[in-house]
Amino acid sequence: MKTFRVEDHPILGKLKKRKKVKIVVDGKEMDAYEGEMIASALLAHGKKVFRYTKRYMESRGVFCAIGRCTDCVMTVNGIPNIRTCVTSVKEGMKIETQKGLGKWR
Amino acid sequence: MNKGLKFTGVLSEEELKKCPGYPSEERFKKGPVAVIECIQEIPCNPCEVACPFGAIKVGDPIINLPVLDEEKCKGCGLCISSCPGLAIFTVDMLYSKTKAVVSFPFEYLPLPKVGNEIEAVNREGKIVTTGRVLKIKNPSKNDRTPVISIAIPKEWAREVRSITIPQEEKEERIIERS
Amino acid sequence: MESVEVAVIGAGPAGLSASIEVAKAGAEVVLIDENNKPGGQLFKQIHKFFGSRAHMAGIRGIDIATQLLEECEKFGVKTLLDTVAFGLFEKNKIGLVNNDKSFFLQAKKIVLATGASENVLNFPGWTLPGVMGAGALQTIMNVNRVLPGKRILMIGSGNVGLIVSYQALQAGAEVIAIVEAAPQIGGYGVHAAKIRRAGVPILVSHTVQQVFGSDCVERAVIIRLDEKWKPILGSEKKLKVDVVCLNVGLTPLTELAWMVGCKFVYIPALGGHIPIHNWNMESSKKDLYIAGDLTGVEEASTALEEGRLAGLAIAESLGYLKGEKIFKRKAEVRKRLAALRSGPFGETKRKLKESFMQGDEWKENE
Repeated sequence: MKTFRVEDHPILGKLKKRKKVKIVVDGKEMDAYEGEMIASALLAHGKKVFRYTKRYMESRGVFCAIGRCTDCVMTVNGIPNIRTCVTSVKEGMKIETQKGLGKWR
Repeated sequence: MNKGLKFTGVLSEEELKKCPGYPSEERFKKGPVAVIECIQEIPCNPCEVACPFGAIKVGDPIINLPVLDEEKCKGCGLCISSCPGLAIFTVDMLYSKTKAVVSFPFEYLPLPKVGNEIEAVNREGKIVTTGRVLKIKNPSKNDRTPVISIAIPKEWAREVRSITIPQEEKEERIIERS
Repeated sequence: MESVEVAVIGAGPAGLSASIEVAKAGAEVVLIDENNKPGGQLFKQIHKFFGSRAHMAGIRGIDIATQLLEECEKFGVKTLLDTVAFGLFEKNKIGLVNNDKSFFLQAKKIVLATGASENVLNFPGWTLPGVMGAGALQTIMNVNRVLPGKRILMIGSGNVGLIVSYQALQAGAEVIAIVEAAPQIGGYGVHAAKIRRAGVPILVSHTVQQVFGSDCVERAVIIRLDEKWKPILGSEKKLKVDVVCLNVGLTPLTELAWMVGCKFVYIPALGGHIPIHNWNMESSKKDLYIAGDLTGVEEASTALEEGRLAGLAIAESLGYLKGEKIFKRKAEVRKRLAALRSGPFGETKRKLKESFMQGDEWKENE
């Protein structure tokens, strides 16, 4: 599959044109669309591992997708434990795979 | 042996026979007719409202199964896109000496093209024969439920209810016993 | 502290229809939701709803949502979005947080319409990225327009599992199988039928044994169950999947109702602990009304009607609607609810819901 984005859909139609923004994920620049949730931008690029747990360093990612379970939290612009499924991307946003509880900077 | 809809998602022979929306053999022989494969009592009646000839009766209470009036039904297919369960089809056994036409709802992309050869599937999703796309209707009043009509060999008209859905790669589902 | 006539917490179908009825009657209403857009689950429901014309049958959930939002605007419903109701206190005081600022809102009448959340199933590997709720997959596909994977295993054959599997096919993914632990399919036969026509196997008396992968989901092992629901060793099958969806029921989001001291009843078939209400959708706390999945997990159509009923009852109790007219309108809604709760799928729910709507004797004395 070329992309994980659903460009055309039998019920929802074609994806409307949206403004592109650049976000930085673990130091690498990535394209995202203005207004979309961080989690969906990452999933669109095939990134599924969002953080590692404190004690056993187990990978975690999206689980509920509606901001209830906090499994998808990452460190965003230096602030840890941001729920990426309900937080929109912004131009220049720095997103990091969080290790454990994260560190405030 | 198919235990029935509740166990497999596929209607059994007995269930089809008892289904009040399923036409009789005599009616099939008379030409285009609606086939309403609805056997569970769910509160629902858009099909009754959709038929301009009054050939579908649900009545009150709306959990009643839709009953097909074989005389009134013209097999026009307007009811196909009205069913939220995508359970209505039309069959025309008189299309030609060897072929019948089956019309069905199809909410996938990309749609096939008129004239395309396609693989026709039965209620289990198994490819049973090939056919040709005759028509694709998708007016705005269908609310994004296109209706495809395909010509298939007559002997499959009681089985074929759709075509293969577009899929990118076809890998094996079960890869190994653990 | 700000005060308002009516506050509605939760802008899903129940909250939206309650707000519309209240606003139509002329009362002031504020609709509160933690998301940045009202609509609740409706904006994921791209399929056509069942029911009759009055139930908006044949219309897709997304379009019902748009209609409701238009009506809200038309009747002047005020919305407070990105706002979490963190607390519900005595005498109808609501604690709210928006943009890291907290404040309180006093309301004469409150509608709690906070809905329900998905249950989880624990098995080895359930925490791997790629394991998610069926509703989560639905959100990611239909709202975010992204596929979190291409090969999906759906656990559970209730309506949510069947519908989301269908929608996964529509979005271009492959559904490798649907497994159902019970010996029969949980949801509507017609949903199962269209999934089978698409070539997706539905395996009853099967469940997931474990899921594994180095960093995220790579393989899932399913296993058959005997008549006693015990796994049959030797029947394991390994599937190559990258998404495993859990559709194992929903539980009402009842925190606010607990907090303020509503009376509850425990009914597993309706989702577990649910706050009880009377025929006017009023809870055991005076001036606190409840509607939708919070009061028992059912459908969007019942949520819409319950919200309507709560809104009408509130308008009546505030004096905006009186007499024969309101009596008739409430009776119409109750009739429609009864119609929705009929047949083999709905009948059980109706009996369970009516089992606690005994009248006003149990309500708190003020």
